[in-house]
Amino acid sequence: MALRLALRVGRRITGVLATLLAASFVIFAAVYAAPGDPAVFLAGGRDKLTPERLAQVRAEYHLDEPLFVQYGRWLWDCVHLDLGRSFKYSDQVADLVAARFPTTLQLVLYATVLFVVLGVGAGILAAVKRSTWVDSAVVGVTTLAASVPSFVAAIALVSFFGVRLGWFPVTGSGTGFLDTVRHLTLPALSLALGALALVSRVTRQAMVDAAASDHVEAARASGVPERDIVRRHVLRNALGPIVTMCGLVMAGMLAGTVVVETAFGLSGIGSLLVGAINTHDFPVAQAVLLLMVTGYIVVTTLVDAVHPLLDPRVEGAAR
Amino acid sequence: MTAILNEATAPASAPALAAVRARRPLGVLVAGTLLALVVIAAACAPLLAPYAPDTIDLSSSLVGTGRDHLLGTDSSGQDLLSRALYGARSSLVAPLALLAVAGVLGVSLGVLAAWRGGWVDVLVSRLTDVMYAFPGLLFTVLIIAVFGAGMTTSVLALGLAFTPTVAKYTRSLALSEARKPYVDAYRVQGMGGLRICATHVVPNLARAILGYLVVLFGEALMSLATLSYLGFGAQPPSSDWGLMVQEGQAAIVQGAMLPALVPGTAIALVVVCFNVVGVWAADRLGRQ
Repeated sequence: MALRLALRVGRRITGVLATLLAASFVIFAAVYAAPGDPAVFLAGGRDKLTPERLAQVRAEYHLDEPLFVQYGRWLWDCVHLDLGRSFKYSDQVADLVAARFPTTLQLVLYATVLFVVLGVGAGILAAVKRSTWVDSAVVGVTTLAASVPSFVAAIALVSFFGVRLGWFPVTGSGTGFLDTVRHLTLPALSLALGALALVSRVTRQAMVDAAASDHVEAARASGVPERDIVRRHVLRNALGPIVTMCGLVMAGMLAGTVVVETAFGLSGIGSLLVGAINTHDFPVAQAVLLLMVTGYIVVTTLVDAVHPLLDPRVEGAAR
Repeated sequence: MTAILNEATAPASAPALAAVRARRPLGVLVAGTLLALVVIAAACAPLLAPYAPDTIDLSSSLVGTGRDHLLGTDSSGQDLLSRALYGARSSLVAPLALLAVAGVLGVSLGVLAAWRGGWVDVLVSRLTDVMYAFPGLLFTVLIIAVFGAGMTTSVLALGLAFTPTVAKYTRSLALSEARKPYVDAYRVQGMGGLRICATHVVPNLARAILGYLVVLFGEALMSLATLSYLGFGAQPPSSDWGLMVQEGQAAIVQGAMLPALVPGTAIALVVVCFNVVGVWAADRLGRQ
């Protein structure tokens, strides 16, 4: 038993590392293959550029070595949190990212709270009131919300709640807890809206499946109140797929911050990435992409690992 | 909105399919009519638009709705209705180009993986896994970071990003198709694998794959609009809807909502209509 568990964990970790390695290589190789000579850029432009200076820059940044050696060096530095220097700010990339990461994390966590509460709530409501107008309303409204790109949702929310009603600030991320919550409400809502359809559908389906099992019928026959049936028998058994989906959606939101942070002028790592691409600041773009992909892979793996804990039947099926 | 590129979303669409199917007649009719109107408007933009899309008139900057400008103007005094009409062209054609790229690449890879099996299949699925490791638009963003912003780069990059989804779907269809007796019959007659695939397997799967691509259209349009909004896609002076939202955003704080809301509503409307019609069409294409 213990051996089998260790084997499974080992295989899982190997798989994750392999994916991470491949993804990081894609990120590195893409920039390596980019048109234009980075040495020219690093030396400060094409004018008054001597071949000696170019060779010096190449040697300094190890640009004269083969692809795999450069990749190995880059990866080794990344693992040691040395992400290089920004072309644009000439700061350490690690410092830039560290300064901006809290805003992104707050935004993702806030959006997660919103979509879990609203999405799972709507899904439970739709399942309990199955085949009524409530059910169709939930499906209709959430499907509509999923058809609106997050930047359009952001614009609409800002226009109405920010400018017209003046309830929320239009830009910035605020200081202190309450102020931050106030500043991040509209961004988090724009991020969460698109996820509601997916989360509520999965919740509804999982609840409907769980409600069809025999033990629910047995509980109902023995006179357990409907409220308890929904909570203890149906929802408890539906929790596996719901938590999995919520985790996957949350992981995907790291990428969604690129759009929402730009729309609201928040200085997180999403807007840092957009700025880095527009100014050809490759070290920053590479670092943010690597961070986002790593975060995504780690969170999705954790979600996968948690599933059997919530629902022991899955573990049995996996064997 | 970014989630459709992840395999996890695939099973979730079943209840939605059922829901849309249930209220098919009226919803599909309304959405279809609206879409047809948008397509006609885009095609006849030069006839319908009251102004050229790039006529700058600083004296009528940020005018609200009125007789001169039905939907108002933006901060450079450009007529929003005219810009939105012309913008419909690139906003509707670009997703088609994207899906064509993803369709050709995805179907080729999917059929190849299913037909050859073995290490080719493993290789294709490993490549797919690596692309799935990039959530949302990040793979596209990486390509744009390297090759620079622009509509062509965006269409090609998104086409590549949509390829694994199409390949995966095609592979699952082609696996069962390749096991059918007629394939063996052709092989016995001495027909080559490539010829069997190109003249028989792919045409037999065409309807189902087309239906799948139709469903992806809304996602394709949203992704392209998002890239244009970020400044990675269409470049000025284009009046692509995503770009129009970006340019109109600054006026919101001045109290002028129309420059951003007109193109934003256009995007949302077309995507909603296309999702309603697309699911219905995919259902019909898949069934026959």
